[in-house]
Amino acid sequence: MKPPPFEYFAPTTLDEALDYMADYGDEAKPLAGGQSLIPTMNFRLAQPEVLVDLNGLAELAYIRPAAGGVSIGAMTRQRSVERSPLVAEQTPLIHETMPYIAHPQIRNRGTFGGNLAHTDPASELPAVATALNARFRAQSRSGQRWLTADEFFVDLFTTALEPEELLVEIVIPPLPARTGYAFHEISRRHGDYALVGVAATVTLDDSGLCEAARLVYFSVGDKPVEAVQATAALAGQKLSAAAIDAAAEIAATQDIDPPGDIHASVAYRRHLAKVLARQVLAAATARAKQD
Amino acid sequence: MSTRYFGQRIKRNEDVRMLTGQALHVDDVNFADMLHVAFYRSRDAHGYIKEIDVSAAQEREGVVAVYTAEDLGDYWQPGPLLVPPPPTIKGLIFNQRTQVPLAKDKVRYVGEPIVMVVAESRYIAEDAAGDIWVEIEPLPAVIDIEQALSEDAPPIHDDLDSNLAAHVIQRKGDYETAVQQADLVIKRKLKYDRGTAAAMENRGIVAQWDAKSHKLTVWDTTQAPIVIRNGLAAMLGLSEHQVRVIAPFIGGGFGPKIMMFYPEEVLLPWASMKLNRPIKWIEDRQENFFATTQERGQVHEAELALTRDGRVLGLKHNFIHDGGAYIPYGLTVPLNSQANALGPYATPNYYSEFKVAFTNKPIVTPYRGAGRQHGVFVIERMLDIAAKELDLSPIEIRRRNFIQPEAFPYNHEIIFQDFAPLVFDSGNYEPALDMAVEMIGYEQFIKEEQPRLQAEGKKVGIGVAAYVEGTGIGPYEGARITVEASGKVSVASGIGTQGQGHFTSFAQIVADQLGVDVRNVYLVTGDTDQFHWGAGTFASRGAVVAGNAIHSAAVEVRKKILKLASEKLEAAEEDLELADGQVRVKGVPETAINLGSLAVMANPLRGAVRPGTEPGLEATSYFGPESGTTASGVHALIVEVDPETMLVEVKKYVVVHDCGKVINPLILDGQIHGGVAQGLGNAFYEQLHFDENGQLLNASFMDYLLPTALDVPRMEIGHFETLSPLNPLGIKGAGEAGAIPAAPAFVQAVENALGEAGPEILEIPLSPNRLFELVLGVGLTQKTR
Ligand SMILES: Cc1cc2nc3c(=O)[nH]c(=O)nc-3n(C[C@H](O)[C@H](O)[C@H](O)COP(=O)(O)OP(=O)(O)OC[C@H]3O[C@@H](n4cnc5c(N)ncnc54)[C@H](O)[C@@H]3O)c2cc1C
Repeated sequence: MKPPPFEYFAPTTLDEALDYMADYGDEAKPLAGGQSLIPTMNFRLAQPEVLVDLNGLAELAYIRPAAGGVSIGAMTRQRSVERSPLVAEQTPLIHETMPYIAHPQIRNRGTFGGNLAHTDPASELPAVATALNARFRAQSRSGQRWLTADEFFVDLFTTALEPEELLVEIVIPPLPARTGYAFHEISRRHGDYALVGVAATVTLDDSGLCEAARLVYFSVGDKPVEAVQATAALAGQKLSAAAIDAAAEIAATQDIDPPGDIHASVAYRRHLAKVLARQVLAAATARAKQD
Repeated sequence: MSTRYFGQRIKRNEDVRMLTGQALHVDDVNFADMLHVAFYRSRDAHGYIKEIDVSAAQEREGVVAVYTAEDLGDYWQPGPLLVPPPPTIKGLIFNQRTQVPLAKDKVRYVGEPIVMVVAESRYIAEDAAGDIWVEIEPLPAVIDIEQALSEDAPPIHDDLDSNLAAHVIQRKGDYETAVQQADLVIKRKLKYDRGTAAAMENRGIVAQWDAKSHKLTVWDTTQAPIVIRNGLAAMLGLSEHQVRVIAPFIGGGFGPKIMMFYPEEVLLPWASMKLNRPIKWIEDRQENFFATTQERGQVHEAELALTRDGRVLGLKHNFIHDGGAYIPYGLTVPLNSQANALGPYATPNYYSEFKVAFTNKPIVTPYRGAGRQHGVFVIERMLDIAAKELDLSPIEIRRRNFIQPEAFPYNHEIIFQDFAPLVFDSGNYEPALDMAVEMIGYEQFIKEEQPRLQAEGKKVGIGVAAYVEGTGIGPYEGARITVEASGKVSVASGIGTQGQGHFTSFAQIVADQLGVDVRNVYLVTGDTDQFHWGAGTFASRGAVVAGNAIHSAAVEVRKKILKLASEKLEAAEEDLELADGQVRVKGVPETAINLGSLAVMANPLRGAVRPGTEPGLEATSYFGPESGTTASGVHALIVEVDPETMLVEVKKYVVVHDCGKVINPLILDGQIHGGVAQGLGNAFYEQLHFDENGQLLNASFMDYLLPTALDVPRMEIGHFETLSPLNPLGIKGAGEAGAIPAAPAFVQAVENALGEAGPEILEIPLSPNRLFELVLGVGLTQKTR
């Protein structure tokens, strides 16, 4: 479990880092917290020829208010996001999700941007970022561009980033009025990747009916999977237990096509997806009523 | 007055060193010119080796040598059979096939080493292993243990017609008669799947051949350094005095480190001699999943014959044991399973037949519990089922079948793993059960708590399981104790230590005899240059066998002290006392002589040491018990099962444990905690998933789920002492007990929580996923909203 040889650069500015990325393109991998990349290299599943270490880029570690929402630099440690009062206040769904990611030791090193760039299908943040309509700023030597979550998450461990691009910033817009949110996951042990997890938001209209809902799963496909049929069925409805039940059923049986593996069969994943959908939709609705 | 250390809950002497990183482990041994090893391991579970091309590896910069089986010449030999089958069992079949250093014509499991690469660093060695090309003509993999014995399964060892590795029948009384007399006969098929010990420290070896002194030193994470030394000397054509094996601090043994000789253990010393350079191999976690032995795959068919009032008349217990690709450890594990199905119960008639199957999976050797948990699982489950049928409580059916205290020594008549008849030396089971029932609050739970919580929709359940553990088997251990001029007392023993607290519990035994501070007793263990004789740390035998050897040596040293002091002080031995590191006339403090000064008097620079006297205050003693001593206990727990997710939470866990006289309750508690953690891991978290091609699907800690500190419950522990008559200290082993009954107790509790409508659970390990399938099988989830 030793990685093959690689070249290592430790830039201290973003420009310098982008230069390396431009020069080495395909052969290079940026190194953030290393909590996913280093194990993959030690297993020799990834064999990058060049590592561009982003840990010297203090300019990418920040949490700032942004038009009612929050802007988070890619190199911000997961633990900083978890402990940020600004995040807790402006985007509480992220705040509530952070403790589910691995263990404190790992969150101390692992970064917010690294987690999203890694796009593990079992990872919490891509689903939450999708539910929250997060926007992603990608930068290369030749310029920058903004991507939506749908655009950013392409496939299993694959984002829309070009080889020479870095993810530099994630902006999470504020939730609309009368919106509630909830997150839940089922994992085997404390700190494990989830067998199934889900994030939800529910927005009520003036009369208390469902104006819009989002239900985004993780660990049930190659990337975050949004239960669009289930939430469509809720639009304009009163969010009664029966309506939520019906939506959960649709989500588990029609919206997702989960894989089976040694930890959870397809049937068990579907069952958990239903149980979780019921819980988060009910919780988000309750919060929306208070909002 | 001398302080009584024996029985005291004192902190461990070794902890400061271990917790501050000052304890030497094999990977801490470094030399400037050291070479590093990596292996090319088979990627196929079963097949013929057609071609091995190592040329690219040889050419890589930094590679020093690349060896295949061919390069070993006559040194290539199958490993020794560690434990032959018991000679006294009639009709026994045993097809001895042991592992080889590097696979030659055939590979038999994924991970079997084929090529050894020696390089300037482990990085380069791994790169070079990646350069190697091996062509395998694949054969169908034999994975399922029942299918392994079917006629169309391809034989794993070509010179055998089948995959039958062993066949053993043992009986006591006549089971068929029991069936005729029985009011109830129940039959079940039970399964127990594989896991791995997952010690915190993987295996590792450093070998250093010193061409000038003609000595070989080997640092090895073995549980049996002396046996390794003897074997290596013989294989390498050296004197035992030219080979020094050091088993330093080891981060967990649990059994797999008693296996020998691992291929790496044979190869590293050989290569060091050949290359005349120190050489290191540290097993990484991924290798550990293939290269270190595993345990636990068995399929059982059991039949229990009982009277109407729940008395067991007979047990029939047939099973297949997964041996893995080779069987160097003989029949220890299945013999334990066979013996332990009798449990603490007076079963008059027993018929048990087992077959060992070769499979294309890593080698199976004992791992904490060593087959005992299978037997316990079988009998405890069968009793639970019988209790239900007879409308008895699980407590009552056990109570009715316990061997009674006056029946000891109790002869079960069959042959145990140590070749001796299975005789329980002593025990008192009912009070331990009562204590556990009391501690867990059984009656109150069943009558009040459970109905109340079930009414709230909570699925809570309780489980109680009893067990025995045969411990402290021979052949022998020894120790040499010396009082040094400083007054410190040194103790040398051969057994090796992997975290058991030997530096403290052994010191306690000595400190009491010699009246010294426990911190002034310095233990050396696991260094073959310090003590020449011994067998090793396994089968919960350290405290029993080495502990009593140490006690006996301490008694001898005490005699020498009293004799010499009586001469020097001109006082009768009976009037002397040993305390505070001194010997003195009782009540006359001014007569005190420090033990260190007395040691100098016993080893004078001038003047004659009289004939018949030995210099110094030193003694060497050995202890060899005729047979093992039987520890016992009861585990009880309360669980809550989430009916929607099938996650299980242990709410309360109680252990009542009887291992005879307790040396240090703190250390004993630690042993039990660790054992229960492994037992619960085995019950609900850990499982090795092999696919039909013999590929292990979860060879990392990401997917092989060990219970973490957050998942293991707090335990309440009660101690009960029934002294063993087989050794002067009255102690019994305690190393494996925690792991043995956890699974059946857990299963009983989960089954109890799921209630009448739930499934009958006949397998281990479980998982939420598996529980979901089982519950779905009986349609419970459809009913829950
Ligand atoms: C034991 C353990 C348990 C874990 N459990 C969880 C869990 O439950 N949930 C979860 O979500 N995660 C979990 N993780 C993963 C953890 O959250 C990682 O920290 C995270 O996935 C990656 O973040 P990182 O900063 O460590 O990135 P790295 O490992 O350094 O990089 C990951 C990948 O992203 C790329 N990358 C990193 N930063 C950028 C960037 N700015 N621009 C472009 N590409 C970039 C890298 O090149 C690499 O391919 C666990 C990890 C461990 C070791």
